[in-house]
Amino acid sequence: MGSYKLINLAFKSITRNKMRSLLTMLGIIIGVASVISLVSIGNGAKADVEKQVASLGTNLIIIHTSRSKTGGVRGGSESLDTLDLNDYKLLKEKATAISGISPVIKEQCQVIASATNWNTSIYGVSPDYLSVCNFSVESGEFFTQRDVKAMSKVAVVGKTVVDELFADQNPIGKKIRIRNVPFRIIGVLAEKGQSGMGTDQDDVILAPSTTVLYRLGNGKTVRTIMASAVTPEKMTDARTQITTILRASHRLSAGQENDFRIRDQTEINNMATGVTGTLTVLLSAIAGVSLLVGGIGVMNIMLVSVTERTREIGIRMAVGARGIDILLQFLVEAVILSLIGGIVGVVTGLGLAFLMGNILGTSVVMTGSVIIYTTLFTGAVGVFFGFYPARKAANLNPIDALKYE
Amino acid sequence: MHTIELKKINKEYAMGDVVVRALKNVSLTIGQGEFIAVMGTSGSGKSTLMNILGCLDLAGGGDYFIEGVHVNKMSKKKLADIRNEKIGFVFQGFNLLARTTAIENVELPLFYERGRSGGNIRDKALAALKQVGLGNRLHHEPNQLSGGQQQRVAIARALVNSPSIIFADEPTGNLDSQTTVEILSLFQELNDRGITIVLVTHEQDVSLYAKRIIEMRDGEIIKDEKVLERKNAFEELALSGSGKTRLTLMSAAGGKF
Ligand SMILES: Nc1ncnc2c1ncn2[C@@H]1O[C@H](COP(=O)(O)OP(=O)(O)OP(=O)(O)O)[C@@H](O)[C@H]1O
Ligand SMILES: [Mg+2]
Repeated sequence: MGSYKLINLAFKSITRNKMRSLLTMLGIIIGVASVISLVSIGNGAKADVEKQVASLGTNLIIIHTSRSKTGGVRGGSESLDTLDLNDYKLLKEKATAISGISPVIKEQCQVIASATNWNTSIYGVSPDYLSVCNFSVESGEFFTQRDVKAMSKVAVVGKTVVDELFADQNPIGKKIRIRNVPFRIIGVLAEKGQSGMGTDQDDVILAPSTTVLYRLGNGKTVRTIMASAVTPEKMTDARTQITTILRASHRLSAGQENDFRIRDQTEINNMATGVTGTLTVLLSAIAGVSLLVGGIGVMNIMLVSVTERTREIGIRMAVGARGIDILLQFLVEAVILSLIGGIVGVVTGLGLAFLMGNILGTSVVMTGSVIIYTTLFTGAVGVFFGFYPARKAANLNPIDALKYE
Repeated sequence: MHTIELKKINKEYAMGDVVVRALKNVSLTIGQGEFIAVMGTSGSGKSTLMNILGCLDLAGGGDYFIEGVHVNKMSKKKLADIRNEKIGFVFQGFNLLARTTAIENVELPLFYERGRSGGNIRDKALAALKQVGLGNRLHHEPNQLSGGQQQRVAIARALVNSPSIIFADEPTGNLDSQTTVEILSLFQELNDRGITIVLVTHEQDVSLYAKRIIEMRDGEIIKDEKVLERKNAFEELALSGSGKTRLTLMSAAGGKF
């Protein structure tokens, strides 16, 4: 029997029991739709996170203070004061594999403008911070190294702060008071949006590191230093240089642990995408299971169909159909049944993904390969679950099939 | 070489503890071009014999040769091919595919043809249906046809792939006498063209259209004799004047087989 005739026959049989075929396909449709929608939403979330992490900075290296262990005894909170401005200066002078470096002294303060006030983070940084963390100035200007040296009371503010304190006025030149210290606003940062961790990156005030450290902070502790490697390839070199320089400066002997921690962009990236990645795998597994359940539905209906059509099988055999003809007839029917389910499922899944992406405001990333693999997989489900019923039909004896009531 | 040769064919059905011996050492030879009527009481084993002859069922013991080929030793695949190429089977209960038009039913054997004897499938099916006088019922489904018409579709299906033997299990069982004669006329004409025919019947009258009568009882052949005064359905129909259109049609299509 030609393949055209086989496919024609399968369609006839599928359309003969429309409701039943539809219900059978529903299992596959739900399975495929959930695979497609979950994978595209998962991939979208991953892409979002990657983009956000990339927005944190370029070739970013973050140096944190760390609890130092002395003889196995963990120090108290004072031992967190392991980094200071001197470390920053040393690194800036000596580390050749880094292109920019800035201390980050963070203070959470109530900021008062003439009319209102707002609680936000003040970051004491150096001018390098702009390039290291991918910020840019939208209007006005950023402070310079001179401002840092002079401990100028100037500030550059993020969009959120502008909105909260000045509504639609031009903030440049305006005064704000932070812990009773007056600062003059000299610039506004370009909008950056949410970070991968969900914090608002525009809810910041940047001021010279020295000003923040001595006027607002304790005048000593620098919790974080951020740097960027010259190129992504130099990342490891940069880490090694930083480690060597800091260990020497902290006079750590060979056996002692580092009293600081270094993380870089790839680690942050992996950490952030790891969660969404695991989630995607988990959801896909659940979706895959529902696809299997759909396959069992196909098998069930094919078994019913074989039983119902036993006489037909007998008649076909009586006029010369070989076992393989009968096998193919039912197999093609099962495969077409699941393929139609698969195709409808792909379309439904894509629709669902875009709908959910719209509602949740996340990206939806669909790759052609996922669509193709899922469709092929449904075909395989058809073959796998259709084979047993089809073989059962093919193995019937002509006379038994003909006499079947 | 005989068209059909049966040697000590046995068939038993086990029904729990009871064993029914449906055929007991049946031996029989049938030559090419014969026309045999198988008679016998109900349960005597006629259908069992026909199913084995038609390669639908396998004998429990003994040897079966069809045109010299040993059927017992054939694979399922080869048996399917024999059914397709050499045998036409007309069932007692028609056995047409439901919800499938007459022409599609007749096309069925052609779809499973291996050797591709050539020619258009639809044309061949059409010719076969015209042969049985159903040229005007091509797209009727079985439930839209009368019993006699269904039986004629079944006959058309049996002869569409030009078999050398036609087995018919009570082909006239539930037909009126007029239709019975029409169908017998068809069988006689096919037989005249060299096709071997074996048909089962309960009616003495029907058996007289054959050339040879075999009688069975309890799974054994008890009588095997020639028909001395053979009836001619063609002439009967011509005399009564009915079925004339079909006969002219058939003569027009003459020599198709
Ligand atoms: N599948 C079966 N299982 C058990 N016994 C069977 C089976 N088929 C037939 N028989 C028995 O075999 C014997 C012969 O049956 P068969 O159908 O050949 O009779 P028959 O001569 O065709 O009768 P009828 O004229 O009524 O059609 C019967 O006694 C029947 O009960
Ligand atoms: Mg019978």
